[in-house]
Amino acid sequence: MSAAVTDHEHDHEHHDHKPSGIKRWLYTTNHKDIGTMYLVFALIMFFIGGAMAMVIRAELFQPGMQFVEPNFFNQMTTVHGLIMVFGAVMPAFTGLANWMIPMMIGAPDMALPRMNNWSFWILPFAFLILLISLFMPGGGPAFGWTFYAPLSTTYSGDSTALFVFSVHIMGISSIMGAINVIVTIFNLRAPGMTWMKMPLFVWTWLITAFLLIMVMPVLAGAVTMVLTDKYFGTSFFDAAGGGDPVLFQHIFWFFGHPEVYIMILPAFGIVSSIVPTFARKPLFGYASMVYATSSIAILSFLVWAHHMFTTGMPVAGALFFMYCTMLIAVPTGVKVFNWVATMWRGAMTFEVPMMFALAFIVLFTIGGFSGLMLAITPADFQYHDTYFVVAHFHYVLVTGAVFSIIAAAYYWLPKWTGFMYDEKLGQWHFWCSLISVNLLFFPMHFVGLAGMPRRIPDYALQFADFNAFISIGGFLFGASQLLFVWLVVKCARGGEKATAQVWEGAEGLEWEVPSPAPYHTFETPPHVK
Amino acid sequence: MNKTYEKYYVPAQSPWPIVGAVALFLIAFGAGNFVNEVTKQQPGFGGYMLAAGFVVLIIMLFGWFKNVIDESMSGLYSAQMDRSFRQGMSWFILSEVMFFMAFFGALFYGRVIALDWLSGGSNNAMTFQLLWPGFDAMWPLLKTPGGIETQAMPATGLPLINTAILVISSITLHFAHTGLEQNKRGQLKLMLLVTLLLGATFLSLQVYEYIHAYRDLGLTLASGFYGNTFFLLTGFHGMHVTLGAIILLFVFFRVLKGHFTPEKHFAFQAAAWYWHFVDVVWLCLYFFVYVL
Repeated sequence: MSAAVTDHEHDHEHHDHKPSGIKRWLYTTNHKDIGTMYLVFALIMFFIGGAMAMVIRAELFQPGMQFVEPNFFNQMTTVHGLIMVFGAVMPAFTGLANWMIPMMIGAPDMALPRMNNWSFWILPFAFLILLISLFMPGGGPAFGWTFYAPLSTTYSGDSTALFVFSVHIMGISSIMGAINVIVTIFNLRAPGMTWMKMPLFVWTWLITAFLLIMVMPVLAGAVTMVLTDKYFGTSFFDAAGGGDPVLFQHIFWFFGHPEVYIMILPAFGIVSSIVPTFARKPLFGYASMVYATSSIAILSFLVWAHHMFTTGMPVAGALFFMYCTMLIAVPTGVKVFNWVATMWRGAMTFEVPMMFALAFIVLFTIGGFSGLMLAITPADFQYHDTYFVVAHFHYVLVTGAVFSIIAAAYYWLPKWTGFMYDEKLGQWHFWCSLISVNLLFFPMHFVGLAGMPRRIPDYALQFADFNAFISIGGFLFGASQLLFVWLVVKCARGGEKATAQVWEGAEGLEWEVPSPAPYHTFETPPHVK
Repeated sequence: MNKTYEKYYVPAQSPWPIVGAVALFLIAFGAGNFVNEVTKQQPGFGGYMLAAGFVVLIIMLFGWFKNVIDESMSGLYSAQMDRSFRQGMSWFILSEVMFFMAFFGALFYGRVIALDWLSGGSNNAMTFQLLWPGFDAMWPLLKTPGGIETQAMPATGLPLINTAILVISSITLHFAHTGLEQNKRGQLKLMLLVTLLLGATFLSLQVYEYIHAYRDLGLTLASGFYGNTFFLLTGFHGMHVTLGAIILLFVFFRVLKGHFTPEKHFAFQAAAWYWHFVDVVWLCLYFFVYVL
């Protein structure tokens, strides 16, 4: 980022230079600066949340109580989840959106640049509040990231109010970010950039932004009801007052299920960008990708109660949610088929972004299949709240969302910094991550099927060997990510100069501007043929 | 495509977002502590921090909007920029709709499902017999399973008057808008003022209704699911009316200063959309909370 500004032929206005010092970052309205801040923030939160995962795995390395108190263990699982979802994965995708969407559609910046800055800068404060709450008397939130009532109402500590307000701020940030993305895409496309010419990353983010606007306010409603139930005597989730704890789960999962697609649709967009580049073929079935993404988004509103099969819902409800959930396999299958068909007879090379994208396709599909198993209501009665569920959502979130974010970082790093990253180091990072992540999460399927419950700091002796393997995998995966930090720092500081196109097979507007991308791109829109 | 594109205005650096971020931090951290202090009746810094947060927020809003208004008045904003603002406002209102949907959803669930199941519906016969024998499912829920009793707020009388006031205020605001579009500034000012007065009347009557509920009916936030949904839905609606009225007040001041033209008046439009939105929310609320 410290490289000299490349001249742009239209760059003659009052802001043709980068401001310097801390004010550049505090006051910025530039989508690239804000994108960088989002990405750096996400990386920091990834390590903080990761450190909590290390605590969890250290405790679970052996049966019996080893290092931490059960209450602290619960705080770790809770805050690990909250940080990874709201602090790492979502901001990383928003950072990528900030950096890439204006360049991909030929826009001068995001549509509402000042609000863009605001939506970023409230995030560090939200997580500051969440982390401070860990140091309150009685500890931080310990009710799981899903904060089910009555755990979060009747049985929660004093930190609940801080938790509620920090989630409110995260929600405000996401909603403003989503409004910015959606308006940018609707209104700032360059002439000729028609809907069906938009890169799939833009398409998937458009739909993601729509989902965010629809469900983040519902999350705000849920935490508000938790707040009033806990502190002001309401009884939304208390049967004695005519409410129902299950109501909490309905409201939460009405947010929560679209939320999981919020964390995977941009990943689909990234993989759909990377695979054609390194297969040197256009994406197979572009239009079907767009329709599949839209179908997934629509279906995501109709499946929330598959998280709640064991709450005793009527059979008709269980059947409805089971079938709707299984339907999602169809558009998802279309996507996986299209990625594979794109590679079919392609002239493939296997640089690091492609390796991560390939790993994504295989491992995300494993996560998808275990999701199908969980969707089957009678089977879910067996799997519910076991490590099988933990294995499932870590396959879709770590080897799915996080791998796609890492792939995107490798793919676009040369465009951001102007330098090629260290390919050899990147390959090391990839193989270490791939092996350790499977050692970490694959055995969880087995202990889960054998009945090991999640969110418990101790376990029965027969799970000991598997858990030791899992913990070793966890430590190795955590250590492998340090390679990534080293690589990113190295790449930002210098290296082989990147060309404008960077990758031989890369196509799209972002590859037509120089590397590093000038501070202001497309002050007058390019014309897309 | 032969459309000509004007230059899209990208503001240079702005200090206001970071000020706003600090404001939200003070509000959230202050409120998080304040809630604990109030409910436990302990002294603390939460309330002061919360108040400081609102002060900073107000300073930020003044500074930010001043910049935006100055830029707008000096003609920096293209038609494309105007579209960005309009679209942004529309999506924001959609997010607000979804916020209210969470509470309406809770209301529907409570009425249709939770009450039925508490009284033995679906497969919950044992729940009813063992946990809440003698519970009588009714709406409004005048006696909770735990035994708290309350009285219902009638749909006629004050709430009906308030409904009329809010609907009329939407109509007067519409006439203010047509006045603006036809460049009849007198009509614009008068109708905007009437709208504001109607909004203030509505809010005053709401306050009176709350006092009536607490004092005479025993209907409080803590009187079970009926009280919860009543106060949270009407309360959040009231907060939105307050916000809408404040926005309209500033639009009124800008009208007095001669701002807005028949062609360009995004701020007026946004305020009007917001007002109509809270009006529609009220109509749903009146129907589902008071009448049904």
